[in-house]
Amino acid sequence: MADRVAFRVNGKPCAPQVHPMRRLLDVLREDLQLTGTKEGCGEGECGACAVLIDGKLVDSCLVPVGQVSGHEVITIEGLASGSTLSSIQQAFVEHGGAQCGICTPGMILAARELLDRVPHPVEGEIREALAGNICRCTGYTRIFASVVRAIEIERGGA
Amino acid sequence: MSAIGQSVPRKEAHAKVTGRARYVDDVVLPGMIHGITVRSSCPRGRIRAIRFGEGIPWDEITVVTASDVPHNVVALINDDQPALADGVINHSEEPVVLLAHPSRALLERARAAVTIDVEPLPAVLTIEDALAKTAIAWGTDNVFKEYWIRKGDVDAAFARPDVIVIEGEYFTGAQEQLYIEPNGVIASVEGDGGVAVQGSLQCPYYVQKALMKLFDLPPERARVVQLETGGGFGGKEEYPSMIGVHAALLARKSGKPVKIIYDRAEDMAATTKRHPARTRERAAVTRDGRIVALDIDFVIDGGAYSTLSQVVLSRGCIHAAGPYDVDHVRVRARAVATNTPPHGAFRGFGAPQSLFALERHMDVIARRLGLTSDELRRRNFVRKGQTLATGQIVRDDIDMTALLDRALAASEWHARRKRFAEENARGGRVKRGMGLATFLHGTGFTGAGEKHLASIVAAEGLADGRVRVLASSTEIGQGTSTIFSQISADALGVGCDDIDVATPDTRDVPNSGPTVASRTCTIVGKLVESAAASVKAQLLASELLHEPYDAPAFRAACSRFVKERGPLRATAQYEQPKDVSWDEDEFRGDAYGAYSWAVYVAQVAVDATTYEARCEDFWALQEVGKVIHPLLAAGQIEGGVAQGIGWTLYENVVWKDGRMSNDRMTDYIVPTSVDVPPIHVLFEEKPYAYGPAGAKGIGELPMDGPAPAILNAIADATGVSLTRVPALPETIFEASRG
Repeated sequence: MADRVAFRVNGKPCAPQVHPMRRLLDVLREDLQLTGTKEGCGEGECGACAVLIDGKLVDSCLVPVGQVSGHEVITIEGLASGSTLSSIQQAFVEHGGAQCGICTPGMILAARELLDRVPHPVEGEIREALAGNICRCTGYTRIFASVVRAIEIERGGA
Repeated sequence: MSAIGQSVPRKEAHAKVTGRARYVDDVVLPGMIHGITVRSSCPRGRIRAIRFGEGIPWDEITVVTASDVPHNVVALINDDQPALADGVINHSEEPVVLLAHPSRALLERARAAVTIDVEPLPAVLTIEDALAKTAIAWGTDNVFKEYWIRKGDVDAAFARPDVIVIEGEYFTGAQEQLYIEPNGVIASVEGDGGVAVQGSLQCPYYVQKALMKLFDLPPERARVVQLETGGGFGGKEEYPSMIGVHAALLARKSGKPVKIIYDRAEDMAATTKRHPARTRERAAVTRDGRIVALDIDFVIDGGAYSTLSQVVLSRGCIHAAGPYDVDHVRVRARAVATNTPPHGAFRGFGAPQSLFALERHMDVIARRLGLTSDELRRRNFVRKGQTLATGQIVRDDIDMTALLDRALAASEWHARRKRFAEENARGGRVKRGMGLATFLHGTGFTGAGEKHLASIVAAEGLADGRVRVLASSTEIGQGTSTIFSQISADALGVGCDDIDVATPDTRDVPNSGPTVASRTCTIVGKLVESAAASVKAQLLASELLHEPYDAPAFRAACSRFVKERGPLRATAQYEQPKDVSWDEDEFRGDAYGAYSWAVYVAQVAVDATTYEARCEDFWALQEVGKVIHPLLAAGQIEGGVAQGIGWTLYENVVWKDGRMSNDRMTDYIVPTSVDVPPIHVLFEEKPYAYGPAGAKGIGELPMDGPAPAILNAIADATGVSLTRVPALPETIFEASRG
């Protein structure tokens, strides 16, 4: 029943030969070797597997890969350009936004989605936007600080 | 410039923010197949038969049962837990059969086709059942271990005519660590007939010990490597030994590398959780608020096997009397057996349970005497030179009254309490209150534990001029690699980038002990400092390096030494400070080399209609010795406070027939970004003589304070005096009806 499902990942076209009902999470990790996307719960609660599909934050464990046919998927591997970190990644490094790191890819993509939608969010909007991504290490405080720092960087602050 | 005290970038930050960090599920070995576990579904019984159903190509599947296990035990302390049940079931998630195959889909069908036919036996499911011996689940009396602390003459103190006796009973529930990366390992067979296990784990040498015992292997043929680990919190202290030997059994039988990754439900239901506890407090107090005597009965539920319960028990027992100067103390502490999956290590390790009871009881006492929460504590704080419950003389230069004053000022305690009292009196729907907890947490292993561990750390010069630190202490998110690089950089007079921290691999690194007990920074860090200092001393003695020098000069000298003269290596081994002594039989003496001390303050809001409590603001002030890395240290406190808030208000393990029935993140609720309040972290730094640059332990401390502080705040807001966590809306509703 394998078929080719054509979509774009991190700006590049791909067409893995997969069953259309396989989880996008598994196709990313196993067929495309994009292992930065993590599985934490397999039921759309923790957000570790979050990716952007056409700019929207989606838990890839809940998405059959057939559903992204013709669409654009961004994973954590798509944020840095070469060795240059994106503003949010840089901010997470500076402000301790990552501890064990397993929620970090999903968390950074959730922050990316927020800043694309709301360039200057207030704290309540940051909290709301990250509420689907569980972090068990940080108590979120350093993650909020990282997002605030990323906003500064994107405004052109050093 | 000194690296210590600076928030240098986390060593592995770049890999973590780009998704390049490799966790166990990201690793694929050639020919690797998958393993799964078939478990009991009955809490206690005798296995009559194991049946392998039809429609499954069993000849393609590697099947392991107890009969395949050379020495059927998961080595830890008492070695009472089998790797696979052999005839007897002692809890409802007991592993019975292991299966391996390349196809995970086939494995799931195969698992469903295995029937474990069990003749049920009466099960012990609660602490009360265990103590009443409704059945005997372990030994002759269901008691894994019993400890006593005896100080002064408790009975005489309670008989004094000038004291009043105030009693209370407190309960704390189980708590799931809920690291976001589930337990997972890969085992492979080595060419020499040995086994290698790599995975998500805190303590490589625990897993090695388990492999050696089960397969009767020498250490060099039981290799364990830690991969990037997605959170532990104690949940990957002892459990990886179980999953590690399981994968190794399948790898040995199949001849192929075997990966076992638990899904979330299996991880939640089958692996360890925080011990549920029941604590009975009796206090003899004078009318002016001096605590004359404490008589505490502390019981924890250890589950079906003894595992680490006795060690959890000892920490809980020793912390039970808190940071107070009490002349007469008796603590009876018991760990009991129930037919539930073994409870285990979780941040705080017994101390959060007993400190919750004491700190809640302190507020009950204060209310009875008509004193404020802070005033009762002021009248009882232990001071330098006085003795704790075990008779340990406080040598730390600690002033709890000053800590309390600072925390009250930072939280605007008095002004807020006044304002909330006025607002609450106006009869709105939301009632607000303030609560506090004052406590201590012992650094490193309890009693003679560090002496017995005798941890070793090595440092070696590399040909490129950098220095590598070798220890089995693992980076699990808390910052081990970063602080080790800071400590050794300062000892060597170089920068953090000149330090390489070796991957914990039992083939390469010495045993620096397990990554537990808030010991990594203070105990192992001190050894890192010593080993690095020895490397520097060797270089200076070689005359390839002369003081003063800069980092390039060091690198040049180090490189030249290694290339021209051979290995440049030093080790450091733990030696107990001479002024520390501990009597394990009497539980008397210096229970810990040092304590960290804290005052936590919580502001809560309780909805008078829904009975939902929220923590709205939180202040965490602690004296932890020198802070090595301010950002990481604050991260430890914030994360611990958030877990504490979860334990207090949200995280409810629902038991059904000895099994966690809400084994999903959908209905086991941990705090999200909208549930955690602002957490104001404040440090007091008084250098500790035996810590690196004066650092003490920090990781577990923040778990101790939130529960009592929040429940004390709920009492302040509503007058409802709760005695258990989690304090769910229904808990508060029921308590408020009396």
